[in-house]
Amino acid sequence: MSVALRVGQVAAVALVASLLGLLAWKLANGEGRRATGPAPGFALERLDREGTLSLASLRGKAVVVNFWASWCGPCRDEAAVLDDAWQKYRGRGLVVVGVAVRDFSEDSRRFARKYGMTYPIVKANGNRVERQYGITGVPETFFVDRQGNLVGDPIAGPVDASEEIEQRFEASIEAALA
Amino acid sequence: MSTRLLAALGLLVLGLAAPASASEERPTLAELESETVCPVCGSTVDQSNAPVADRMRAFMRARIVAGDTKSEIKRQLVAEFGPRVVEPAPPKRGFDLLAWLLPGAGLAVAAVAVGVAATRWSRRREGDDSAPAVEPAKNGKAPLDADLERRLDEELARFEA
Repeated sequence: MSVALRVGQVAAVALVASLLGLLAWKLANGEGRRATGPAPGFALERLDREGTLSLASLRGKAVVVNFWASWCGPCRDEAAVLDDAWQKYRGRGLVVVGVAVRDFSEDSRRFARKYGMTYPIVKANGNRVERQYGITGVPETFFVDRQGNLVGDPIAGPVDASEEIEQRFEASIEAALA
Repeated sequence: MSTRLLAALGLLVLGLAAPASASEERPTLAELESETVCPVCGSTVDQSNAPVADRMRAFMRARIVAGDTKSEIKRQLVAEFGPRVVEPAPPKRGFDLLAWLLPGAGLAVAAVAVGVAATRWSRRREGDDSAPAVEPAKNGKAPLDADLERRLDEELARFEA
């Protein structure tokens, strides 16, 4: 076998191996759902009033970050549960923040009014904040403690999908408030 | 260049520019659907049946009726959904930069490989062409191998001796 052919084969194998390595690195370090560590920060346009809301401004409070959309059926069901949690725990320093993704602003506002979302709602900026949290669909819910770290169990799907998930939801709120 | 040719070229340019201008000023829903991307499924809006794609179609229809240009409608969609709604290409940063670099790098490597192979083939052909041609024998027969001819002379000399 000629030297050139051998060199070509080695180069091809090395290229494939390096691409596989890059893929493995990305999967290990990139955009899977975040569960621990510092919560990715954001400063997003508010839909319930003028101005923006940043996660950094909520340092010292426990935060439930809920990703939703007006076209999402399960989001309608869980809106009441999230609002109940906001009313129940706000006295202890909990803030629920609804992040509207991939939606018209007016549709998001109309949905919030219709389903009684009285907690702050903000508009996602393209899909950047979704990538930062590693979400793959809606609804998804994350829990941030008073120091700005992700705690508890992020929930993919509605927070009232089952009794077990509701228990996880409550437990994660308590972990964030601790 | 003749005047007629210049005039013909001018008409051709105008002929091509006119439809583009009309499309910008008075876009059709079909055009916009094929040039925008569903933010949920990633396909063009005309191929998506996601609820948000239905909302986008309704929005585009309303803006067309209101007289917005194609650029204005796209700008409003970008304000709502981000730039990926009109530019579905991968972002040019981080790992996704490879999606931009690898095709070009692959083409460059392929071009170099083809160039090297072509050079070698042409050199091999030149090498074959430069080998000395065998002179045909004058009696019509092929000439003897030199070593064979020497051995034959030696054998014949023994008989003569």
